[in-house]
Amino acid sequence: MHELGIMTNVLEIAIEYAEQNNVKKIRAINLTAGVLSNIVPSYAQKFFNYISKGTIAENAVINIRKTPAIVVCRSCGVESEVETHSLSISCTECGAKGIQIITGKEFRVASIEVE
Amino acid sequence: MDPVRIIEVKQSVLFKNEKKASEIRGYLKKNKTFLINLMSSPGSGKTSLILRTIEHLRNEFKIGVLEADIDSAVDAERVQSIGIPAVQLRTCGMCHLDAGMTEVGLKELDFARFDLVFVENVGNLVCTADFDIGAVCSVMILSVPEGDDKPLKYPLMFSTSDVLLVNKIDYLQFADFDMTALKERVYRLNPHIEIFEVSAKTDHGITAWVDWLRIEIEKWLAYNEEGNTDSADKTI
Repeated sequence: MHELGIMTNVLEIAIEYAEQNNVKKIRAINLTAGVLSNIVPSYAQKFFNYISKGTIAENAVINIRKTPAIVVCRSCGVESEVETHSLSISCTECGAKGIQIITGKEFRVASIEVE
Repeated sequence: MDPVRIIEVKQSVLFKNEKKASEIRGYLKKNKTFLINLMSSPGSGKTSLILRTIEHLRNEFKIGVLEADIDSAVDAERVQSIGIPAVQLRTCGMCHLDAGMTEVGLKELDFARFDLVFVENVGNLVCTADFDIGAVCSVMILSVPEGDDKPLKYPLMFSTSDVLLVNKIDYLQFADFDMTALKERVYRLNPHIEIFEVSAKTDHGITAWVDWLRIEIEKWLAYNEEGNTDSADKTI
């Protein structure tokens, strides 16, 4: 959710880096999103297309790579990767409910592809 | 067509909000103003709890309130009616406060006059937990009529809050609300959370909550004077 506000931030970051590097055109923006972050890729592209009109990022392709969350079990301390959007999961090692999230909610601009 | 090249960025999309929230925490610390972010669904009793809490603390602390709603000044007017300064933020559609909006409100409130500022965030059990507004303490409210299954349905809010106020306990006799099950579900998500059972209507349980808050403010002021950084990490 909040794709419009978030994609406005993405556009600002991309243009800032493009201007620092004398870029004429942004062809693609590569994002990474933890599985627990609340971003819907199809909406992200739609909103981006709308807000980037008239800028050097117009028609840029938004690529989103989902990254797994790293969680640690509060009972047995084992760390594991989670690939689903859920906080209500049991530890794969001991089966206990109750995990602590180490990473998984991040949403980052990884890189931009430019001319 | 020029060849395509890749420029590494590696920046959080919410970097600006995170940076602004840190700035806010910094200047509030210098000014010794303790900011509390109150979050919950609409109708759980945020404003009533603020008023009750203020009754217990107004003789010890200078208190101000930032109210945030999509529209109207209903809540700010309620606070002002008991002689406490309040500013109403109308978000005009935004479903949560962010650090930028909070800063606008703090400046309007003239925050430097206050020891304690309550921010009543937009009534929303989902998004408000995602945006750091520079608070020292995050407090969420769940009211008895909402049900004891909310930690299962909305885990993030429960996971990231420092305090859970279970409000409207005067309704327990009318509701199928299992307090033991609720607490078990909450502690599983967040073992360090403080839970207080309260009623803004009857004043039940408010003393325990206020006593805890008083100690937290004193601890924060003590760390402030020693120059230690308070923990701003609200990630779970």
